[in-house]
Amino acid sequence: MDYNFNFAAVWRDFDLLMSGLGLGLILAVISIAIGCFIGLLAAFGMLSKNRAIRWVSAGYVSAIRNTPILVLILFTFFALPQLGIRFGKIESFIVTLSVYSGAYLTEVFRAGLIALPTGLREAGLSIGLTEFGTKLNLIIPVMFRNVLPSLSNNFISLFKDTSLAAAIAVPELTFYARKINVETFRVIETWMIASLMYVLACYVIAAVLRQVETRLAIPR
Amino acid sequence: MSSPVLEIVDLHKRFGALEVLKGINLTMHQGDVVSLIGSSGSGKTTLLRCVNLLEEYEDGVVAVAGEQIGYTKKNGKRVRLSEREIARQRAMTGMAFQHFNLFPHMTAMHNVMLGLIKTRRMKKDEAHSVAEKWLERVGMLARRDHYPGQLSGGQQQRVAIARAIAMNPQLMLFDEVTSALDPELVNEVLSVVRDLAKDGMTMLLVTHEMQFAHDVSSKVIFMDDGRIGEEGPPDQLFRQPKSERLAAFLKSSKFS
Repeated sequence: MDYNFNFAAVWRDFDLLMSGLGLGLILAVISIAIGCFIGLLAAFGMLSKNRAIRWVSAGYVSAIRNTPILVLILFTFFALPQLGIRFGKIESFIVTLSVYSGAYLTEVFRAGLIALPTGLREAGLSIGLTEFGTKLNLIIPVMFRNVLPSLSNNFISLFKDTSLAAAIAVPELTFYARKINVETFRVIETWMIASLMYVLACYVIAAVLRQVETRLAIPR
Repeated sequence: MSSPVLEIVDLHKRFGALEVLKGINLTMHQGDVVSLIGSSGSGKTTLLRCVNLLEEYEDGVVAVAGEQIGYTKKNGKRVRLSEREIARQRAMTGMAFQHFNLFPHMTAMHNVMLGLIKTRRMKKDEAHSVAEKWLERVGMLARRDHYPGQLSGGQQQRVAIARAIAMNPQLMLFDEVTSALDPELVNEVLSVVRDLAKDGMTMLLVTHEMQFAHDVSSKVIFMDDGRIGEEGPPDQLFRQPKSERLAAFLKSSKFS
């Protein structure tokens, strides 16, 4: 192989890559926070006694999970404005990733809710909490702790999905990597560094989330 | 005589086509300790759970301190009360469960404090001192900062009893509180219940501990196929059973 590595051209714009990485993280954090809220509602919806609510929740989950995320991103950004629903590109991506993560988190939360002992709810009711108070003080906190490991998995996966925001020119890591690539023609160096940055970021996120899991774990 | 703490009139309960309570009548006054005994599936636990509406009932009346639990009449029709009303009524009774059902993500102290703060609307300091008092009473103060997963079954059950009783209920419901315990842990829980009985707490218990039911109760009810098979003072019921079914049940449960 006769290739001369030259990282200098990429290093020059390293701050751009870093700012892209930062934006990706912010997008993931905001989206998973909104996604958690949507997922919780839909998970309770799927376990509701009301058939219509169950049907709507299940319909949401299967519709979103069976559509590629890139298609959702393009649909939200290009098609929704035709219907009069307009977002900036960053907002548009957050909406998409939130709705997308919500569908996956619905299943995570649903499994967590099903696994809880019925006695937890009954004990809450027996001390005079309402159904809502029981959910808020007991069901959700206990379920949340139990599903933290799979929530972490989802978070890492969602963070990597932020690279798709480049498709609608959201200035995150992949967007800048592509830009630097085009401007410098240092193809291997650019994508090597971008990949390495994703790997390291995911590694750090996983380590932080493991700490959170340990801290929040129910002592046994 | 004072007005009844619990009054159950012609209570019926069905699970689908299966009628599990077929017209129960029971009146309890302040300080009464009533034990429900009988074989599995006779309706003891269901009866207990109807009192705080963990089971809905179809017919009849369950009233605690003169207030019908769960339902009211509007234009001659039976209407379910609002969630908020039912929650308030549930707090009139306390319940200890077979499997303790402590809140696993809270320490013993917070298990007791939660209802005091959320339901009784106490300030944190006040709830803390009430919780402390009851944890001490059940011998669990030293372990107030332990989580349920760090306690033995007997210890968990004692915390669960403290959690229920700290709410100052008018009536305590005990649902087979020793059934899930290792034999050597049964006594520590029974002695707590005995203690409460001595203090004049009104209690309705479902139990398989015949000797305990005999010792602690002012009245024992033998449930048989969804009905009250026999009832009376413990000595009469255990020593001179009228029906063959009760005699057979007592023999099989090795009461001596």
